[in-house]
Amino acid sequence: METFEPWSPARAEQIIAPHLSREGALLPILSALQETFGCVPREAVALVAHALNVSRAEVHGVVTFYHDFREAPHGRRVVKLCRAESCQAMGAETAARFLLAALGLPTDAPWGGTTPDGAVTVEAVYCLGLCAVSPAALVDGEPLGRLDGMALAEAVGA
Amino acid sequence: MIRLFVPGDSAAVAVGADKVARALAGEAARRGLPAEIVRTGSRGLAWLEPLVEVETPGGRIAYGPVAPGDVAALFDADLARGGAHALRIGPPEAHPWLAAQTRITFARCGVVDPASLSDYRAHGGFEGLARARGLGPAKTIEAVTASGLRGRGGAGFPAGVKWKTVADAPGDSKYIVCNADEGDSGTFADRMILEGDPFVLIEGMAIAGLAVGARKGFVYSRSEYPHANRAFQRALDLVHADGELGAFDIELRVGAGAYVCGEETSLLESLEGKRGQVRAKPPLPAHRGLFGRPTVVNNVLTLATAPWILTHGGEAYAALGTGRSRGTQPIQLAGNVKHPGLYEAPFGLTLGRIVMAIGGGTASGRPVRAVQCGGPLGAYFPVALFDTVYDYEAFAARDGLIGHGGVVVFDDTVDMAVQARFAFEFCALESCGKCTPCRIGSVRGVETIQKVIDGVDVTANLELVEDLCHTLKFGSLCALGGFTPYPVMSAITHFPEDFRAPDTRLGDIRPPQGGEQGLE
Repeated sequence: METFEPWSPARAEQIIAPHLSREGALLPILSALQETFGCVPREAVALVAHALNVSRAEVHGVVTFYHDFREAPHGRRVVKLCRAESCQAMGAETAARFLLAALGLPTDAPWGGTTPDGAVTVEAVYCLGLCAVSPAALVDGEPLGRLDGMALAEAVGA
Repeated sequence: MIRLFVPGDSAAVAVGADKVARALAGEAARRGLPAEIVRTGSRGLAWLEPLVEVETPGGRIAYGPVAPGDVAALFDADLARGGAHALRIGPPEAHPWLAAQTRITFARCGVVDPASLSDYRAHGGFEGLARARGLGPAKTIEAVTASGLRGRGGAGFPAGVKWKTVADAPGDSKYIVCNADEGDSGTFADRMILEGDPFVLIEGMAIAGLAVGARKGFVYSRSEYPHANRAFQRALDLVHADGELGAFDIELRVGAGAYVCGEETSLLESLEGKRGQVRAKPPLPAHRGLFGRPTVVNNVLTLATAPWILTHGGEAYAALGTGRSRGTQPIQLAGNVKHPGLYEAPFGLTLGRIVMAIGGGTASGRPVRAVQCGGPLGAYFPVALFDTVYDYEAFAARDGLIGHGGVVVFDDTVDMAVQARFAFEFCALESCGKCTPCRIGSVRGVETIQKVIDGVDVTANLELVEDLCHTLKFGSLCALGGFTPYPVMSAITHFPEDFRAPDTRLGDIRPPQGGEQGLE
């Protein structure tokens, strides 16, 4: 389980500074901010744009292009569940439905999300490279393979 | 001292390898046996993971799949001497699945300690780089050209030609970019190298750098690979501290969840800190790539094969394979297959042999119905095409691709209309938005296939899908839009019975499991 620091411009500048000399620093900076704060809050966009001497629109464009960057932190537990072909072939959808139903999250679009109490976030991912042990997921960053709905629910205490 | 080997590969960890390693350490301590546990990569026999090996005077002996609860019984059965037990496999190299392979790119994976440079050197590490230093740039490129090695990311472009282009291109600085953004479902070979033999990739990049005159290399990996990224960074730190690479520097960069960044120009944009939108070619990255400089962009497997080629000579590699597909391909077997894992073999096997003889058919025990080769942009092959020879040209001749070497098996509960719809859904989700046919055509594709599934004007809508696929194929800059027609059209062509009106669709008279495959 990850814990994140509350947003602080001073702390953000500390995080940004060592990256400024790198070639193509924007993605590493955004990833580092998200690692610390659990998200890339709106306030960060202007700060990063200023530090790199690029427009806010450019930074906003990058933040919104990539699936990983989020505006608000995810739940205390995070399940990244693979929905790609290899896992489909081994019943990932059945496992997903079981977990989502157990957590009271939507199984139709928008699929997944965070439980109202902020306990668990379920996200779709498309391939974790664990296709030889499908169906697979990352639970708080730890790989889990040959899983079913029960194993998933157990892993997050649902 | 008992020496045990337990994979630290994330697929093995996903099925309990860490717990097994802890149980082994605990049990050895309880019995007062001094033990060393080496965390290796995976041998690639995924159905036997966690696969535990023990060092004996007669070589290693393997046991698997081992659960933490088996550990005490294994010690009781004299594990230290490779004693008999129900889980005993014997010498891993003698296992038929491994013995029949030709391990070149994956020669060390699962064998060596990926965190030990001395182990890497003891297994022939850095011999290729030393040979390249002796040969000089021109002869190094000649060796790679003579090997016939083609880009293992999927495009199959001759690596030697690419290196020569970059070497000849004028530029004050040049780059080696390793594409480790392995986003294709059913593929995991890059991840296995990053985790199981990271030094071979580092050595391959150094050889490429020497060949083209680049001093800086980037490895662009994925955020979905946290374990691989940690393992590779650890290896990079060891190599940098060791000084083997001299002035050549390598940096690991991690993407942020965009499939399209596996496309080389999109990857370069991302490395530059921009949205991962594809670039029009020309200019080729070999002429104007990263930061506008001449750049080699090669897949992990391409670069990881270069050290072997330099050590053993280009001709030795070219002696393997068939037609214009020379050398070996690390085939990745996944999906509903009895024996999933990594199988490296010279090009030239038939698809049927790969799926039935090597893969052992389905895991569910039901008949195989479809096999998707080459990731989410690859075609679905029916059993009727199992005589297709596994090489670039033979697959292309049957409107398919081998791509990055993924082979995903589906049993007879699959609904191919749902799979065709998923191909469009995935394209819509991951489109970078640059080309209209891909950005909008994919969304229209989802809607139109849905109409077919719902039995609305089936014939007219299938014609519309075909027309749409034509537009995507010829109106997109990169393979995401350009190749999405492969899974869609192959599903329609080879499995027409799944695209009829609902009352006649086989999907509705087959057992209800069929419906569970879909993304409703």
